[in-house]
Amino acid sequence: MSSKTKSSMFSIIGASSVGTMIEWYDFYIFGSLATVISTKFFPSGNETLAFLSTLATFAAGFIVRPFGALFFGRLGDLIGRKYTFMVTLLLMGTATFFIGLIPSYETIGMLAPTLVLLLRLLQGLALGGEYGGAATYVAEHSPNDQRGYMTSWIQITATAGLIVSLIVIAVTKASMSKESFDDYGWRIPFIASIFMIGISYIIRRNMHESPLFAKVKSEGKTSTNPLKESFGNKLNMKFVLLALLGVTMGQGVVWYTGQFYAMSFIEKVMNVPKEQVDSVLIWALCLGTPFFVVFGWLSDKIGRKWIMMAGMLIAVLSYRPIYTKMYETVNPSNKSELTEKTVKLAEVKENAKNKNGGVDSVYTVTKEFADGTLYKEVKTVTLNNGAVEMKDGKAVVETKKTVTINDSDKWTLIWMVFIQMIFVTMVYGPVAAFLVEMFPVKIRYTSMSLPYHVGNGIFGGLLPTIATFLVSQANTLNSKAKEMGQAVVVDKPYLEGLWYPIIIAATCFIIGTLYLDGKDNRVDD
Amino acid sequence: MNAIKKILGVVWIAIGLFAVYYLIVNQAVTLWNKGGENRIPAIIYTVVLCPMIAGALGTFGLYCLQGEYNEN
Repeated sequence: MSSKTKSSMFSIIGASSVGTMIEWYDFYIFGSLATVISTKFFPSGNETLAFLSTLATFAAGFIVRPFGALFFGRLGDLIGRKYTFMVTLLLMGTATFFIGLIPSYETIGMLAPTLVLLLRLLQGLALGGEYGGAATYVAEHSPNDQRGYMTSWIQITATAGLIVSLIVIAVTKASMSKESFDDYGWRIPFIASIFMIGISYIIRRNMHESPLFAKVKSEGKTSTNPLKESFGNKLNMKFVLLALLGVTMGQGVVWYTGQFYAMSFIEKVMNVPKEQVDSVLIWALCLGTPFFVVFGWLSDKIGRKWIMMAGMLIAVLSYRPIYTKMYETVNPSNKSELTEKTVKLAEVKENAKNKNGGVDSVYTVTKEFADGTLYKEVKTVTLNNGAVEMKDGKAVVETKKTVTINDSDKWTLIWMVFIQMIFVTMVYGPVAAFLVEMFPVKIRYTSMSLPYHVGNGIFGGLLPTIATFLVSQANTLNSKAKEMGQAVVVDKPYLEGLWYPIIIAATCFIIGTLYLDGKDNRVDD
Repeated sequence: MNAIKKILGVVWIAIGLFAVYYLIVNQAVTLWNKGGENRIPAIIYTVVLCPMIAGALGTFGLYCLQGEYNEN
């Protein structure tokens, strides 16, 4: 490759990657700011609002993304890759910008959550169309022996978007008081998106259409009905199914486990404060991100299939030991307590949400450990006009635990999440090139986008819900056994959620190993 | 290898059916009974995830049985 071609190739990669990264950033800030968004648009105590809030979370991630893949994939195969991913970029930027401008529920009532839901759906739709376009565009410009390396820059964008979203939020929070952030500061990351999108639009506007698509178009060989040719034709449909069941569903669960489930596990199961969780995640993601390029490059040398399959297999075998290590590292019962520093406090506190008397009983226990770990447990017993409120024969009690970890434990957690990031980069680094190479030019955008977004959006996106459900089910079984004076049914209930990614990734590994070919790395049909 | 690929077609169809049974009986019904916003994931499991898993694994299994993935 000449130096001129090389520099033009890197401007193509740069322009495509920056836009895709900004789209991921837009998509993630909603999730990262979910708590503050819910207080502004979906205040608790209203069932309809709770319903809309859940719908906003689920619908954008699971239902709309595959529809976006179909809609924009079809458009990309009909009119071209460049124009389509320009549209998705503008759609995403506009939706994000307007989320930042919507007045709160207190100001405009039900219109506020309805608008948020609609704009969130548009975000999902745009994301569904963006990735396939960027991956196809870069892949169709790349030489056969460097496609894995060049598309791996697109693969970085999802993680980079998450890192940027966490950093922008952290910087915004640090630059103002908590009250100001809750009041108006949370809007800044949304509004800032319009500037990033504007820059990306200007860069992308000067790009040319993919050479392979332009050739097919000039020869009049584009598909007249990409959806029918992709999914109504057995010859292509069998590869769409293979891409989903042998690659993307496993890749999706490994991706979500390594980044989102790890985050949710450290925060919700291990009770580490949000600021420390974000710090652990930012470090691990930053350290792991270069490996997307490493494995993309390696896939050009030794083949893509076995890198992805190895990533899935190692993930399947090591998730339980990794999560056990994470849990036991932070678990206060493994640490020596400085009993002389233990503080127990019982008080009656005002609670505006308690309509029956306006006060609760609050019991606080603070413990310090020899290694510097701090443990705080706040038990709030709801009172009803002075008496303990009962529900189904039990007192209404809410317990909140916080374990503030020391530096050594923090680095152990960073290392554990980093190892999972390596699995993520193994399965995700080469996947764009692999999917692009599976399908012919004229229906490529449509054919690769759907399995990608079903694998990631549905199989991966449902991971937190299903995993949390499995953990709570195990805890319920243990509580019932305890009440009946029996031994616990599930030995380590906190690990139960891992069965979902383990089973999906193992199935995907078997299908991929047996049925995928992975020898053809051409994209020019 | 082709024979194994074909025979496994039955396994993929069976896993698809089991997944549907598990998701509806163990997950969707439980979530539905909890009421409120829990009903949204219950609906998504039933209307989106189950047909998708059953459809994808079922069709894939059928293609395997028909020898569509055999190496020539």
